[in-house]
Amino acid sequence: MKKYGQHIIIWLVLAFLYLPILILSFYSFTDSTMIGSVRGFSIHNYITLFTEPALIRMMFGTLSLAVVVAVLSVLLGTTGAVGAYYGKKGIRRTIEIFNQVPIVNADVVTGFSICVFMIVLLHMDKNTYIPLIIAQTALCTPFVYLSVTPRLKMMDDSLYEAAMDLGCNPSQALRKAVLPQIAPGIVSGFMTAITLSLDDYFVATYTKPATFDTISTYVVNATRGAQTSIKTALWALSAVLFVIVVLAVVIANLRAQNEEEESARL
Amino acid sequence: MRNFHLDRRQLSIPYLIYLILFVVMPLLVVLYYGFTDENGNISFANFIIFFTNSKTMGTLVYSVAIAVVVTVICLLLAYPVAYILAKGKYARKHSFLMIFVLPMWINFTLRITALKEILTMLEGNLAYHPFVNTVICMVYDFLPFMIMPLFNALTKLDSSIIEAGYDLGADFPQVLKRVILPLTVPGIISGITMVFLPAMTNYVVLDMVYNSTYIMGSLIGSYFSSYDWNNGSIISAILLMLIGFFAIFTERIMNRVEKEEQRI
Repeated sequence: MKKYGQHIIIWLVLAFLYLPILILSFYSFTDSTMIGSVRGFSIHNYITLFTEPALIRMMFGTLSLAVVVAVLSVLLGTTGAVGAYYGKKGIRRTIEIFNQVPIVNADVVTGFSICVFMIVLLHMDKNTYIPLIIAQTALCTPFVYLSVTPRLKMMDDSLYEAAMDLGCNPSQALRKAVLPQIAPGIVSGFMTAITLSLDDYFVATYTKPATFDTISTYVVNATRGAQTSIKTALWALSAVLFVIVVLAVVIANLRAQNEEEESARL
Repeated sequence: MRNFHLDRRQLSIPYLIYLILFVVMPLLVVLYYGFTDENGNISFANFIIFFTNSKTMGTLVYSVAIAVVVTVICLLLAYPVAYILAKGKYARKHSFLMIFVLPMWINFTLRITALKEILTMLEGNLAYHPFVNTVICMVYDFLPFMIMPLFNALTKLDSSIIEAGYDLGADFPQVLKRVILPLTVPGIISGITMVFLPAMTNYVVLDMVYNSTYIMGSLIGSYFSSYDWNNGSIISAILLMLIGFFAIFTERIMNRVEKEEQRI
């Protein structure tokens, strides 16, 4: 009886989380413009999604921005974490505290404050994309830092010393002894940065060039307007993203499983 | 080049500079703009006006109301789920957790669009129930952020302590109240921090379900569109203070819990 109740809770919450996106994905394959009225099967939403120039520009722009921001975040966050790990306690504490700020702060405030600082006070041009990239990097890097730091703590420090004893210089030792050990943290930090950038609305709104749109700003504008062909094409985009995320999670899970089995065999 | 020695400690310098320039400086600038007038003179006028104007105070109350309701519902939904996942008989609990947090990785505006279409089908016109629809959409958006910290806290919780409670004659409600809840307070608090502030500030969700009432975030948005940096900054400053209080409060509770745990 108790077991029964547990199943009900789990399935109800899963239904709440998944039904909307599944129903929307189903309707993305029809030519209806609102949910509830099924007409015929059609892939015109997918054709619009991949042929409409505005949509392609938006998807390409969002993705390029995410990659640029994630690469910068990984560089800053990884070097920051390594430096802080070996550095003086005072500096490490300072970095840890500042690192926490964008995480606990509201995204609206993060975006607005960077906008006031760079665009209002320093008169930087939004159209250079520099404020946008800097702001999103400030948003994402703390999460890279947080995913690299535990790997550093788990790391075997004697490997670095051994590399030095065998004639490596410090930067070689870092690259060949430390980097491989913290690589999983760097990878997951990179993925977190990508998803944060893709999900971000507020920081982008306050710092982006007026003519540039990310997925979030585009969707919010599209729901205000009444252009239904774009609106239903976005359903197709949801379905595509859903499939990509599911595949990514399944692959990541299988990999983690393999790794576990490998380490169990060792 | 031979004389160049890369000290690994120096690696943190670029990030430290970045944090000071693009995290700390902007917040200081916002505080400056918030507490000066258009001529750059120190002024508490904006601050006082916020707390005496009935419109802005109404906004504050409305955002707190939404945030409290959303946080409580998230907690009530997430706790049983996290408990069943962490302590139930499911094999591969981490893969199971993944299923619950997976929606987090799909763009939130697209997820809200999906839910919005469903709600429109059920209700006809979303504008009739703005508060309820906002709460539903926010719970949908933030639930995974509540499940994760609760799951982590419950996984860490030693099952033998729970069994000891039963062995001493307690029933489930007693064990829950005296053992499980007190020992998962840190998880509950980090879940609340993940949900409460976004619920006070994420005005996009309100926009998308045609809720025309303002929350704190909408004020920043509207001052931004009218280039009113001083007033936008004062709202940011007030939110920053709120975050500050919250952080101090959290720190205190965490310390107390830690001490209790050491006693055990």
